[in-house]
Amino acid sequence: MMKARFIVILFATLAMASTAGAVEPNEILKDPALEQRARALSKDLRCVVCQNQSIDDSNADLARDLRVVVRARLTAGDTDKQVMDFVVARYGEFVLLKPPVNARTMLLWSGPALVLIFGAIGLVSWFRRRGTAASEGLSADEEKRLAALMDDKTVSGEAD
Amino acid sequence: MTANLRLSYFLPAIIVLVLAAIFWSYLGEIKDGKSIQDLPSALINKPAPTFKLPGISAGDKGFDSASLKGKVTLVNVWASWCPPCRVEHPRIMQLAREGIPIYGINYKDKPNDAKGFLAELGNPYKAIGADRTGKIAIDWGVYGYPETFVVDAKGHIRYRHVGPIMAHDLTDKIRPLIKALSK
Repeated sequence: MMKARFIVILFATLAMASTAGAVEPNEILKDPALEQRARALSKDLRCVVCQNQSIDDSNADLARDLRVVVRARLTAGDTDKQVMDFVVARYGEFVLLKPPVNARTMLLWSGPALVLIFGAIGLVSWFRRRGTAASEGLSADEEKRLAALMDDKTVSGEAD
Repeated sequence: MTANLRLSYFLPAIIVLVLAAIFWSYLGEIKDGKSIQDLPSALINKPAPTFKLPGISAGDKGFDSASLKGKVTLVNVWASWCPPCRVEHPRIMQLAREGIPIYGINYKDKPNDAKGFLAELGNPYKAIGADRTGKIAIDWGVYGYPETFVVDAKGHIRYRHVGPIMAHDLTDKIRPLIKALSK
């Protein structure tokens, strides 16, 4: 019983920890709906200082400033897209943790599928080639050599 | 059949060579002192942001975007607390002596610290705007300090340098660019 309660408390604490991010209490907006949108947008924006964290996760100064800017834009009535465009106009598409699909990112997005397709084509043709090689069977020469080897074996087997 | 077979033998080698060439070119860039973490500015060939910043302390001349029209200028984002800014400062002074108009954005600094920095190392700036909150720096897409922008006579950003300007940056990039833009 004690153990069960401990586990419940442990998981409740862990769940809370995972939603906290790096957002400081004084940054949080009063309007919970706006704050939720701000959190969602921040999770998709790269911190350009640390480069592998979102601004929602990062403690860097610039990440904090950008979180504040995102919230200020939302409070001023911007749509989600307007906020993202605002940041992209200043820092480039690199800040989007999920790159947009366009002509420049075609290879990036299609890369894994292309590798898979070429890999599959390669495998299929390899198996096919191996299949045809096997079905050709042995040449007359090879049959003769095989027969000779088999005879040898039988002879040595009898000698034992 | 044999031609096909030969190609498939060489394909892995070709892929390896292509990848090696790509990685080699990145290595070359690192050797040239360029960090692969350096981001291209989103503002290249776009108008510099519109802003108006007050001076470092009350009564000082500020800096606004109108100053950037009519001639090729440099905009240098710096702070007294930023060690690389100290490193590059002699080069900024040198450019100022060469007659290039340089404007400063003093980033998140304390007025007394900023003034102390300039008193100690010299003031190369025609005007300095104090960006206490860092909001204007965000408009410029600044993410590391110092950063230096070359702005053409139309007020468009033509080049962004992240990190301290070293002697070779002057000779290889900044001086030739200013010369080309001034024609």
